[in-house]
Amino acid sequence: MTDLHLTADRATDAEAAAIDAAIVECGLEPVIIDETDRLVRGGLHRANNARHGLLPALHALHNVSGWISHGGINYIAQTLGVPPAESFGVASFYEMFRMEDPGHTDDVVHVCVDGACQIAGADGVIVSLEASGTTVHRSPCLGQCERAPAQFVQGNQGRPDFVAADREPTVIPQQGDPTLRLLKRMGVTDPESLDDYVAYGGYSALAKAFSMGAEAVLDEVDSAGLKGRGGAAFPTAFKWRGVRGADGDKKWIVVNADESEPGTFKDRHLMELDPFSIVEAATIAGFATGAQKGFIYVRGEYPLATKRLQNAIDVARERGFLGDGIAGSSIGFELEIRRGAGAYICGEETALFESLEGFRGEPRQKPPFPTTHGLFKQPTAINNPETLVNVLGILNDGSEAYKQLGTPDSTGTRLFCLSGHVANPGLYEGPHGMTLGEAIEMAGGPTGELRAVLLGGAAGSFVGIDQMDLPLSFEGTRAAGASLGSGVVKLFNTETDFQAVVTRIAEFFRNESCGQCVPCRVGVVRQHELIIRTAGRSMNGERSLLDDMDAAMKDASICGLGHTASTAVRSAIDLGLIGA
Amino acid sequence: MTIAETTTENPDETPIETSVTLTINGSPVTVDQGQTVLDACTSAGIDTPTLCYAENLTPVNACRVCVVEQEGSRTLVPSCSRKAEDGMEIQTDSPRVRHSRKMVLEFLGSGVDMSQAYQVHRWMDEYGADPGRYGPEAARIREDVKVQDDLYIRDYDKCILCYKCVEACGDDAQMTFAISASGRGFDARISTEFDVTLPDSACVYCGNCVGVCPTGAIQFKTEFDMRQADNWKPEEQTVTQTVCSYCGVGCNLELHVQDEKIVKVTSPADHSVTHGHLCIKGRFGWTYVQPTIERR
Repeated sequence: MTDLHLTADRATDAEAAAIDAAIVECGLEPVIIDETDRLVRGGLHRANNARHGLLPALHALHNVSGWISHGGINYIAQTLGVPPAESFGVASFYEMFRMEDPGHTDDVVHVCVDGACQIAGADGVIVSLEASGTTVHRSPCLGQCERAPAQFVQGNQGRPDFVAADREPTVIPQQGDPTLRLLKRMGVTDPESLDDYVAYGGYSALAKAFSMGAEAVLDEVDSAGLKGRGGAAFPTAFKWRGVRGADGDKKWIVVNADESEPGTFKDRHLMELDPFSIVEAATIAGFATGAQKGFIYVRGEYPLATKRLQNAIDVARERGFLGDGIAGSSIGFELEIRRGAGAYICGEETALFESLEGFRGEPRQKPPFPTTHGLFKQPTAINNPETLVNVLGILNDGSEAYKQLGTPDSTGTRLFCLSGHVANPGLYEGPHGMTLGEAIEMAGGPTGELRAVLLGGAAGSFVGIDQMDLPLSFEGTRAAGASLGSGVVKLFNTETDFQAVVTRIAEFFRNESCGQCVPCRVGVVRQHELIIRTAGRSMNGERSLLDDMDAAMKDASICGLGHTASTAVRSAIDLGLIGA
Repeated sequence: MTIAETTTENPDETPIETSVTLTINGSPVTVDQGQTVLDACTSAGIDTPTLCYAENLTPVNACRVCVVEQEGSRTLVPSCSRKAEDGMEIQTDSPRVRHSRKMVLEFLGSGVDMSQAYQVHRWMDEYGADPGRYGPEAARIREDVKVQDDLYIRDYDKCILCYKCVEACGDDAQMTFAISASGRGFDARISTEFDVTLPDSACVYCGNCVGVCPTGAIQFKTEFDMRQADNWKPEEQTVTQTVCSYCGVGCNLELHVQDEKIVKVTSPADHSVTHGHLCIKGRFGWTYVQPTIERR
């Protein structure tokens, strides 16, 4: 008796072949489990079996059929042992997966409607694309704000995903500046050449790490005062020590490259233009923590970053920088790429683990923390690319030199994503503690008369033009009630329709809440409704209702999405951008 | 000999903690190690509202109505899943706690039909929840009742996404995995694959999802029909405990009887054999008790 119930739908040969190939790439065997075998497992076995192949299998199915077909889900059930209801539940969680047969085989053009793209005329782009018969999907921020309005094409019938703008070389405004630390190789080296990478200082940090020993690496990172660049500003060395000291045979490195905070495109630049640096830094993280395997979870809408990283991993493995006995040592480390499928929430570290394990990307309650209960509930160090790449400079130049830049509490340099009404939008590097005004000047100053700056992303807050002396450091922004977040500096001039911008931010959170906990699931909807309801008039008594919602979302939500869902909206009201 | 006196697994002879003492609203409370803050609150006689928690399921801490304030924690913590620790200082009735509980109840009431979630009405009064203040335009779940068979119905207007049915169908009890949360955010629903009907799904009609549903979103068809006829009278029902006669496992049954007819069957959540869960035979195989054709 089988305990797995399937509908009568069967996968096509093309679907089965694509799913098989994806499963093999995950190191799993595409064996159809006999109907008489027990397929469904519970408890710990659920994570320990082949389930982590689910998201890659769904990607493969969608790419070949243009939707998550019923036969395809049944085939996945038979090979991975995931019950169809759960595969359906997982697939329907993601923006990039269509759950119904579209009735055609066209590619889908995702057009970004957030912030920088919104003010650059995304709506007009959508109208003209649709008029020409193109299948358009209104997408949250695609991480290409410097070249707004942004598009991403999701392939169908086996055609690859692509971003048309990737065919043009990426402009690094500061290229050639000798003071650059994190961006120094960008645009200078060939991102597909390991020789080029090594010629420009690559893999010297790993050699140094091996000669220092893991404990010394941890000490150096600790002494450098490195804090996470994703928004939470958690001390990296503390995290790594936690993993190193945690019990468990298996430990993991996870590179959180699911960059989706609206306005953020820094990690995309790192992955596309300096991918070997991420591979090297992840290897050092593995060495320092005792982890022998890592995953890079790349945003699904980043096809070029995925390709360049995959190349870097393949070449590094060929040349002995990954695998057993790295660079002639006895140390082994492996890296594998997994693609997200369109879900802002999966940038939350525990949601990312769930997603990678093949479950819905719903955040976990903390504690326990990832250092002891991370990926597959095992000790895990999770960092974003920018944070990791900082480690290379710390080891190469020493923590003392690293600390020379920045402020005592915010050491080193920082990547700033400048977009919106700014003369030269793009990715910039500057020392922590530089002022907001200086950062804007780096990018040529505002276009038009500046009215407000969205700092830190949709989860950040608007600051006014009286804040040009605000130091861009963890402590400086915190003291001003703002946050550096993921380094977003998005400018809006006086011509901006702020009602539309703020309504879109509220809609963004409404669309991106995972729906797991009540305060966030309902709170973001009520907030969006309130912003629409009060459009063009004073908030009056509704302001206290918004504050009530914000307090509950901040206090009682499971994760950071709910905690920060009101921040930007409330700051916009405080600044008089809306509701005045 | 208690565990604390055992030395075989504790070579350095440091005593193994078997109980923890925390402070709740200023008073010390001692519970066994491994118990939760909610357990501690209950043992201290403090009434804590819960919706997604059930003693026979793994806590998912999704509803957030049981949150409490923990000294040193930036946010409130869900008492249902947080393990009690020595020295914890917990507040269960602070303004922050009351506010979040009120908002959770208010949020749910503003989007979901809570008319059959009777215990919630009392908490709504206690915390002063006013779901009406989000206006008549507030989005609600609007779905038709799914009546697809003779055993139970699904009414998603009443679903608060507590995940209890998913857990009972999955690895907390039945291991059938016929339903899962699908979609995202406010549009998330509990669903079979592609929303196929229950008879077309993996469902084995154990009724354990019905047994754990706190709001009547999944309901026995008998109860649904009687409610439609305005004839559902819990106050007139008697409950008779018996043992299921189908096999030798020994599941305890509670036969709910109204007008001398069995109207539904449950099992006690604290019963050592069932933990509240039954199979299709125990749950629905009782019609032979009351034949529809009367014998002479």
